[in-house]
Amino acid sequence: MIAFFIKRLGQALVVMIVISLIAFSIQDNLGDPLRELVGQSVSEAERQALRDEMGLNDPFLVQYWRFLKRAVKGDLGNSYFFKRPALEVIMEKLPATVELVMGATLIILLFSIPIGVYCAINPRNWFTRLMMGTSIIGISIPVFLTAILLIYLFSIELGWFPSFGRGETIVIFGGWHTGLLTSDGLMHLVLPSVALSSIMLPLFIRLIRSEMMEVLEQEYIRFAWAKGLTRRRIWFLHALKNTLLPVITVGGVQIGTMIAYTILTETVFQWPGMGFLFLEAVNRVDTPLIIAYLIVVGLIFVVTNTLVDLIYGLVNPTVKLTGGEA
Amino acid sequence: MPILEVNNLEVRFPMREGELIAIRDISFSIDRGERLGIVGESGAGKSVAAFAILRLVGRPGYISGGQILFEGNDLASLSPEQLRQFRGNQITMIFQDPMMTLNPVLTIGTQMIECLQTHKGMRRREARELAVEKLRSVAIPSPEARINQYPHELSGGMRQRVVIAIALLTDPEIIIADEPTTALDVTIQAEIMELLLELCEKHQVALILITHDLGVVSEITQRAIVMYAGRIVEEGPTRSIIEQARHPYTQGLINALPERTRPGQRLNQIPGSMPTLMQIPPGCAFHPRCEHVTDVCRTQVPDYTRFDHSRVACHWVAVQEQTSV
Ligand SMILES: Nc1ncnc2c1ncn2[C@@H]1O[C@H](COP(=O)(O)OP(=O)(O)OP(=O)(O)O)[C@@H](O)[C@H]1O
Ligand SMILES: [Mg+2]
Repeated sequence: MIAFFIKRLGQALVVMIVISLIAFSIQDNLGDPLRELVGQSVSEAERQALRDEMGLNDPFLVQYWRFLKRAVKGDLGNSYFFKRPALEVIMEKLPATVELVMGATLIILLFSIPIGVYCAINPRNWFTRLMMGTSIIGISIPVFLTAILLIYLFSIELGWFPSFGRGETIVIFGGWHTGLLTSDGLMHLVLPSVALSSIMLPLFIRLIRSEMMEVLEQEYIRFAWAKGLTRRRIWFLHALKNTLLPVITVGGVQIGTMIAYTILTETVFQWPGMGFLFLEAVNRVDTPLIIAYLIVVGLIFVVTNTLVDLIYGLVNPTVKLTGGEA
Repeated sequence: MPILEVNNLEVRFPMREGELIAIRDISFSIDRGERLGIVGESGAGKSVAAFAILRLVGRPGYISGGQILFEGNDLASLSPEQLRQFRGNQITMIFQDPMMTLNPVLTIGTQMIECLQTHKGMRRREARELAVEKLRSVAIPSPEARINQYPHELSGGMRQRVVIAIALLTDPEIIIADEPTTALDVTIQAEIMELLLELCEKHQVALILITHDLGVVSEITQRAIVMYAGRIVEEGPTRSIIEQARHPYTQGLINALPERTRPGQRLNQIPGSMPTLMQIPPGCAFHPRCEHVTDVCRTQVPDYTRFDHSRVACHWVAVQEQTSV
């Protein structure tokens, strides 16, 4: 167990350093931050003085080291646009994104397992054929298109769900603004969550179905039938447990990937989260904010993967949580 | 009355090229506490027959004919739910490869207790105690600890002992063991076989032992069936089959036994190989490999020639019988 954590910590550190290096080196390639800070009227000499003062003329490694030292303390610099610490700006938007991802994850879990299992058990059924067909379509339609279609249908035509913003939020512990505790907030969450899950859900249905079909062919399932167990027990215990193990691993990675999709979803739905903020930051060449975003997302990625590995190790008896297999 | 009676059982597999008949005209019966061997080369249809008895033919196969009577009752007349309660209760199975038979993500205990819960309506604690006791009876050391372990923590031999314990758990009338030692280390094969024999004798359980090893059959069983290309070619008391096999195929199998071969000599294998189900020759399926082949063998499927306690499907044997009478 301890070896497992040390190993994961080491891996996480390497990943974070790589991300920070990438994030930091973007700085030089994203336009001139000075143009954003000061107006056109400032003379070239003054600009140079300001550059020197900000350390923008120092060698790359010196700048990176300075950046790292501050980053470890949680200081990722001030946002050029908001004139406040970038990390603070990002963290304010974190709850919106996390809740959006949670909503989508919940939808995926709630639908992919029963549908995937059903399709595996009844491979020739009309519903299975329908699901297999529509899931291919679902996977191939881009998220923003799904989002626009959803807005058109459920917001404009039917008027069931709002399509804009987070709705009413309330503050819970630690300044976390949540929309999960008000009905208005929940209504606002529906369409963005559905849109965000629109690629992963069909992907998971197909994944669970194919894993389950493979498991159902195994000798131990045949033995379970020969033991005279009920269908329920064979499908939902013997087969499902073996099916979900590999799905957990893939699922963890996919949750990370979903954060990337939030940029599109949040933009279409004007969802005030990190992804929306990130796109704005890119437009404004707000480098500190971009870097802060990349680092926070990287951190989330590392943390979720570690958690997933941990859960996988706990539910899979053939994996011991030593540094080796896990 | 025999405990199990199988009459003219036939199993087919619908395939793109047409229907394969995996086993045909399989008839035999087994008494309470009796031990019956089923011998045959790979692909002869032994496993298909075994699963068909439990009405568990793998898709797309189906039972296309015949009758299975357990204590005189036709299994075909049972509802799916009654059939489920019958399986793993009155007749249990031991599979070939213990590495694949046990569910890797459930503990030994879970996989044992569930049988007692479904079939005997036992409570968890009670079932657990019985499971521990059964593990002890198959000579698993420290069963109280083992019962909480997962299959991968046990060796192959230990796992097969667990499977045997599961097979005995519900006090079945019949155990069907489909090549229970083939996948094991040679050194522990005899050990497992001996254990199985001992337990069957002790509990008066009938055993249907499927194997391609005539040697094992002669040690364990009282009666034997020889299968070839989906059909029974010879049936009789094990001793008479070993000592005076009548069917040329059975004779070939016996000549191929290592004991029958002088040291340094090559095994006396029967020339040729068993046809696949798609290319079963007309007439007697064995005729292309048979040294006594005549014209009638090439065109007519042989009927059974009956003797006191045995029967043989062979034209050559039939002709000999007629001329000797
Ligand atoms: N699921 C299936 N689909 C199609 N054909 C099958 C299937 N299962 C069995 N068969 C056919 O039935 C034949 C007999 O198979 P079976 O498994 O009973 O042989 P066996 O005598 O048990 O051989 P082995 O000694 O290798 O276990 C096979 O050769 C195959 O052609
Ligand atoms: Mg077999």
